[in-house]
Amino acid sequence: MSKSAGASDLLFTGSDWTFDTLSRTYDAIKEVALDDLGLDCYPNQLEIISSEQMLDAYSSNGMPLIYQHWSFGKHFVYEEYLYRKGRRGLAYEIVINSNPCIAYLMEENTMALQALVIAHASFGHNHFFKNNYLFRQWTDASAILDYMEFAKGYVSRCEERYGFAAVESILDAAHTLMDQAVFRYRRPPRISSAKEQARVRERLEYEEKIFSDLWRTLPQPRQSEDTTEAEMEAQERKKALNLPEENLLYFLEKNSLILEPWEREILRIVRVVAQYFYPQRQTKVMNEGCATFVHYTIMNMLFDRGKISEGHLLEMLHSHSNVVFQPGFDDPRFSGLNPYAIGFAMMQDIERICTKPTAEDRDWFPEFAGNGDWRGTLLDAWANHRDESFLLQYLSPALIRKMRLFALDDESKEKHYQVASIHNERGYEKIRSSLARSYDIGMNQPNIQVVDVDLLGNRHLRLQHTARDGIVLSESTRDATLRHVRRLWGYDVSLVGVDAEFGNVLYETSTDKFAG
Amino acid sequence: MPSFIDRRLNPKDKSLSNRQRFLRRARGELKRVVHEKIKSGKIVDVDAGHSVPFPLDGTSEPSFQADRSSGRREHVLPGNKEFTAGDRLAKPGQGGGTGAGKGAASEGDMEDDFQFVLSREEVLDLFFEDLELPDMIKSSLKEAVTFRSRRAGFTIAGAPTNINVGRTMRNSFGRRIALQRPKLAQVEAIAKEIEELEAKHPKPGSASSERLAKMRSELERLERRRKVVGYIDPVDIRFNRFEPQPLPNASAVMFCLMDVSGSMGEREKDLAKRFFVLLHLFLKRRYERIDIVFIRHTHQAHEVDEETFFRSTQSGGTVVSTALEEMQRIILERYPSQDWNIYAAQASDGDNLAGDSEHCVNLLNKEIMKLCQYYAYVEILDERESAIFRSTDNGTSLWRSYRQVGENWRNFQMTRIAKPGDIYPVFRQLFAKQPSSAKNG
Repeated sequence: MSKSAGASDLLFTGSDWTFDTLSRTYDAIKEVALDDLGLDCYPNQLEIISSEQMLDAYSSNGMPLIYQHWSFGKHFVYEEYLYRKGRRGLAYEIVINSNPCIAYLMEENTMALQALVIAHASFGHNHFFKNNYLFRQWTDASAILDYMEFAKGYVSRCEERYGFAAVESILDAAHTLMDQAVFRYRRPPRISSAKEQARVRERLEYEEKIFSDLWRTLPQPRQSEDTTEAEMEAQERKKALNLPEENLLYFLEKNSLILEPWEREILRIVRVVAQYFYPQRQTKVMNEGCATFVHYTIMNMLFDRGKISEGHLLEMLHSHSNVVFQPGFDDPRFSGLNPYAIGFAMMQDIERICTKPTAEDRDWFPEFAGNGDWRGTLLDAWANHRDESFLLQYLSPALIRKMRLFALDDESKEKHYQVASIHNERGYEKIRSSLARSYDIGMNQPNIQVVDVDLLGNRHLRLQHTARDGIVLSESTRDATLRHVRRLWGYDVSLVGVDAEFGNVLYETSTDKFAG
Repeated sequence: MPSFIDRRLNPKDKSLSNRQRFLRRARGELKRVVHEKIKSGKIVDVDAGHSVPFPLDGTSEPSFQADRSSGRREHVLPGNKEFTAGDRLAKPGQGGGTGAGKGAASEGDMEDDFQFVLSREEVLDLFFEDLELPDMIKSSLKEAVTFRSRRAGFTIAGAPTNINVGRTMRNSFGRRIALQRPKLAQVEAIAKEIEELEAKHPKPGSASSERLAKMRSELERLERRRKVVGYIDPVDIRFNRFEPQPLPNASAVMFCLMDVSGSMGEREKDLAKRFFVLLHLFLKRRYERIDIVFIRHTHQAHEVDEETFFRSTQSGGTVVSTALEEMQRIILERYPSQDWNIYAAQASDGDNLAGDSEHCVNLLNKEIMKLCQYYAYVEILDERESAIFRSTDNGTSLWRSYRQVGENWRNFQMTRIAKPGDIYPVFRQLFAKQPSSAKNG
């Protein structure tokens, strides 16, 4: 190819972007992404925003709209402080799992960065959102924006009608339980805002219709003294309430005795938001790895085709290597494993195993080593795994050696850590499963369930924390959170910590023991 | 082609209402901090943004969290250099299970020095809170200065409606002369001559045909030149320039008079300061330029700076008239009453040397009240005394004497205060009437 022809093929020159170059670059990236990599994406919507708007987006979990609450203001003030002090830079982009897929591009980005961001967010993340099984099953990309609009409107109507303080106290309480507000095993029903509103209205109307004060005057059935019958009753009761229940907010929404209908609806909104973000928390490594791999591959392909100049490629690689930088554990900059770094390294490793496998790889990954089809292998991995299962299946000894991973045993009673395994023949399996487990949210978050409630007696709500590996809850936040549960339940709440292995009680606490 | 949406022009303060909610939540703590700042800062600084430490009270968001110092975990870390399985490493820190717990600790540290800026409006809201001001007053105090556009010369850029025709034409005329733009009459004369020559149908080669050719090329040259040197060129155009100018305001001087003898304690000074701050805010709303003069007195009076005024104490008796004399001296020396609006605020606990109060009344009646726009006197009482004195005209000698002044002059206000909420009524009169009618003999 002659030099002049190559120069004329460039998508952009210089560092400033215009809508023209953005659009031309987008089309070129799209061609590579869809035809070459075989990605499958939602339609894209690219929004240019300023840095202040980026800060706004930060404080609302990246959602373009969300109901109003002081905690978002707090986060905004905090993020703004970090940004102004220069302690933290702003992200180049934010992408939203919706259909069409919305990506925010910062106006300050140079053209090369915009190209990188488009490839990363609008194709990498977008493909992942559309195809990963967790997102397909648990979130509804086409309805989320409508739902958030409904939620925002609903909360502000409630504020008008019932006062700021009342709404705030419900939201405060609901937010404390956000981590316990997801269905981990049962698939949640789909949502749509129009239906949602109709449903609220219907429910209220129905309740008004059937209200009759007469029911209150009926004599209560006499309490049986027979203990076995009481046990039977407990069984019945648990069955009727579908206990044990892991989704605390769901349980409170459906069964709390003191909540008004609008308060239940607000719990529901918080629950839906928590559920919406649940897949993202389970796929950090994969999602970022996928997006990073996609932008890296696309940018290199565009460069090979002479559409990006060397200077711009270097600028992109500079940002890219900042993103995937992984300092060692003893480096002062170390702050845990970087999901971008490990995700990207694994994707590249899979590509290598598919195309240039070693004997060891053939041993460990007989299904795909040397099959030559790295595109198909990656697409399959992206679609059918979450972090935990992905690491468990695809982390190769070669990568463990390359990153020099080691596992550290941390028994809190001991004065020393013990190195459990290192990157050697005996350690690979252990490191791999240990790392995979650390990305399993179900294992790492306290497992707290509603186990029993006596609706006819003193209405005491019993929660049980199944503690794994002797890890109990931090007491100050535990008791503060329980107070919020009591606020939603209306009666006393107790929490029992039970060891998962031995079944012995580790601790017991109850709101009736708290003062105030 | 993707859909691009340019959001940069969207309103920026999307999270403003969340911020307000947050401030409301942390109100108690923020209020304490702001009052602390007002107490220690300068009067003029109240009317600005302040940076305050991050409020922690009431803004925690608890959730069920694993206790870092319990149980057993396994961490997978990168960058192993020399370890082999079975090696033991001392934990950083004594005994406590930190390791991955480092994150939590550093976040705590970060919040310690975390300051954020409250805007002027937010500061004033907090300041006004227990002064019990009516809403109308609050909003008029927070109101920004109004500007009026005033003509100020010419500019080369602006809206078409602001074109200054006279100036533009003058420039155009000068340029046309300088560049020798052919006049229309000149062109018409040549065109007419060409017409005449053509009418004669001159033979080719004859003198008149030569002249015709010459005239034609001349006409062409002139027309080209007229085109190149336009009648009006963009460089000629001048626009009227407008400058936002604050509405004309006279200057004001505010005298703060305070008794600093031993009987004025920390509480009394704090109340007095709030009173002075409020007066300053009222005045600032109305006047472009305000000077503040601090005069403290015991048995003798001095002009001092703000720091000394509120901080240091002096021992001695109490002779109020010395402060009035000092004020009168300063007015005569530096603030001629025809150029300055003079406001005075006096805070005292009511003690005075026997017989001096009469002297004060004389001074006020004969001299000072003629010069002043407004004179406010607050007597700071003990909480217990206030219940007794509130309703009666009885009181300290100064109070009784000042009542005579109050009867004579409508712009003399006096009140007793024991808590911040009592301060506002002093100003009610000031706002009830226009400044022009404030003076009355």
